[in-house]
Amino acid sequence: MMMRDLQAEPEGWTTTADGRRIGGVVMEMRNITLRFGGVVAIKDISFDIREGEIRAIIGPNGAGKSSMLNIISGFYVPSEGQVLFRGETRAPMRPYQVAAQGIARTFQNIALFDGMSVLDNIMTGRLTHMKSGLFSQALWWGRAEAEEVANRAVVERIIDFLEIQNIRKTPVGRLPYGLKKRVELARALAAEPKILLLDEPMAGMNVEEKEDMCRFILDVNDEFGTTIALIEHDMGVVMDLSDRVVVMDYGRKIGDGTPDEVRANPEVIAAYLGTSHG
Amino acid sequence: MQLPDQLLFAMEVTLNGLMAGVMYALVALGFVLIFKASGIFNYAQGVLALFAALTLVGIQTGQVPFAHLINAVLGTSLHHFGWQVPAPLAIVLAAAVMVGLAVAVERLVLKHLVNQPPIILFMATIGLAYFLEGLGDVMWGADIKTLDVGLPQGISDTVEAATAAVFGYGFFIDNLDMVATLIAVALVACLTLFSQYSKEGRALRAVADDHQAALSVGISLRFIWVLVWSIAGFVALVAGIMWGTKSGVQFSLSLIALKALPVLMLGGFTSIPGAIVGGLIIGVGEKLFEFWIGPLVGGATENWFAYVLALLFLVFRPQGLFGERIIERV
Repeated sequence: MMMRDLQAEPEGWTTTADGRRIGGVVMEMRNITLRFGGVVAIKDISFDIREGEIRAIIGPNGAGKSSMLNIISGFYVPSEGQVLFRGETRAPMRPYQVAAQGIARTFQNIALFDGMSVLDNIMTGRLTHMKSGLFSQALWWGRAEAEEVANRAVVERIIDFLEIQNIRKTPVGRLPYGLKKRVELARALAAEPKILLLDEPMAGMNVEEKEDMCRFILDVNDEFGTTIALIEHDMGVVMDLSDRVVVMDYGRKIGDGTPDEVRANPEVIAAYLGTSHG
Repeated sequence: MQLPDQLLFAMEVTLNGLMAGVMYALVALGFVLIFKASGIFNYAQGVLALFAALTLVGIQTGQVPFAHLINAVLGTSLHHFGWQVPAPLAIVLAAAVMVGLAVAVERLVLKHLVNQPPIILFMATIGLAYFLEGLGDVMWGADIKTLDVGLPQGISDTVEAATAAVFGYGFFIDNLDMVATLIAVALVACLTLFSQYSKEGRALRAVADDHQAALSVGISLRFIWVLVWSIAGFVALVAGIMWGTKSGVQFSLSLIALKALPVLMLGGFTSIPGAIVGGLIIGVGEKLFEFWIGPLVGGATENWFAYVLALLFLVFRPQGLFGERIIERV
């Protein structure tokens, strides 16, 4: 279903050690600055996301990570700088327009539709793929029927993939935290996104749930070739998961590179462990 | 079949109460739709019904909109175009006006109040209510108008004859009330199908549940607001037609909104079935109360019964019969 776009593969593709292939730059943040009144949340940050990779954004609390994710998903408009998607500068957009472009996300504090069943929640992820008009839907005729069946099939595959078959009909409000996070991931996946943004996918989880979530993230990337950008606190998790890491601190970028490079960066060590003044 | 008189009277009263309840439910429905989708208590819902009915009569009878204003400024004496628009076409046109109004409300009011606390939005709808009342006055004039879109009126002979044959006592049931019941049932069925099975309906429920999440899956909040205000406008039109046919299109029509309040408190602000059941309970309750208790306390209980019932509900079950339970997590 979520096949990597094989036609657009002239050059710039590399193969990682574990055999995944990573393509050219799909999204680029260029000199992004974000201010709220007098507070500078993000200061002149540039980085890129390459097709098929898992890109992590890490940093201490208040570093501006979530703000960065909100800029990518259109919830915030940067005060300065440009967002380039597939090589083109993106005009300021509303979040629903960004979603229609194929950028799906999850939230740090789970944002699900509590009153709706798991299945209905995931079906909302398909909204950007539904084209039939109200009239043909009302008559349940032609395209509307075919579309609903096709969308349902995609959703069922995702439900299988994330192993949530047995809670399909349960109202989301009744689920435990870990499963809610998984349903949220399912809803984002249902959009068959070109880029998947995960805001602290493992926050508040126990070890077992974290392992599950890690596995799902890797599987999504591996099987569907989905480009993933994620924010995470847990350093161990980030280093295991990601291909490249951006490190932020107080709204600035203090490191960017492979997990090993970042781990060796003195500025990153200082931000995380503090410096010895002496 | 021989039943005691008292029981027969009670049955007739109950039936009449059910039908009056349907009329209340029609108004309450409009409130619930907007409250569910946007958390706004739309004070203007009653005025929407009035405005819809005024517009319908105006279009149907070929009235010139803003006639008084135009005449005063230009010194002309226009009043009527001199044509009559057939009722079905007039209803479609009035519905179109309500959609246009929904777009205008979104553009001019709601868009600028995104992320404001509910009380601000509530105040905005109060403003809207008075504005619309004034607009209706300037556009179509303040005189009481009769509305006739061809709905049957008067006591149903069929029902009277049939019940007379069975019970030996003919029930007085108004034809209009029966039609209103059928239309309300059809309306609720359509709304339910729409919200459960169409993609717009799914989007609507999504917005009602969580704005942020709805945005992230590609739903335009502004489109949903226009949609939901259009639907509320259409429901208002239906309510306006029913009430307008029953008691004439007059400005006191906007006060039926007050009768919808106890209905909402009973049924819960967030439940469509709640609005219906609440309406029926109030309708039957006030008629039976008047029938049995009324004579003991000197009558005229219909004016206050609904509010007292609502008050009791506020004390013992504030979320209403079907509303979402309010649980505060500490």
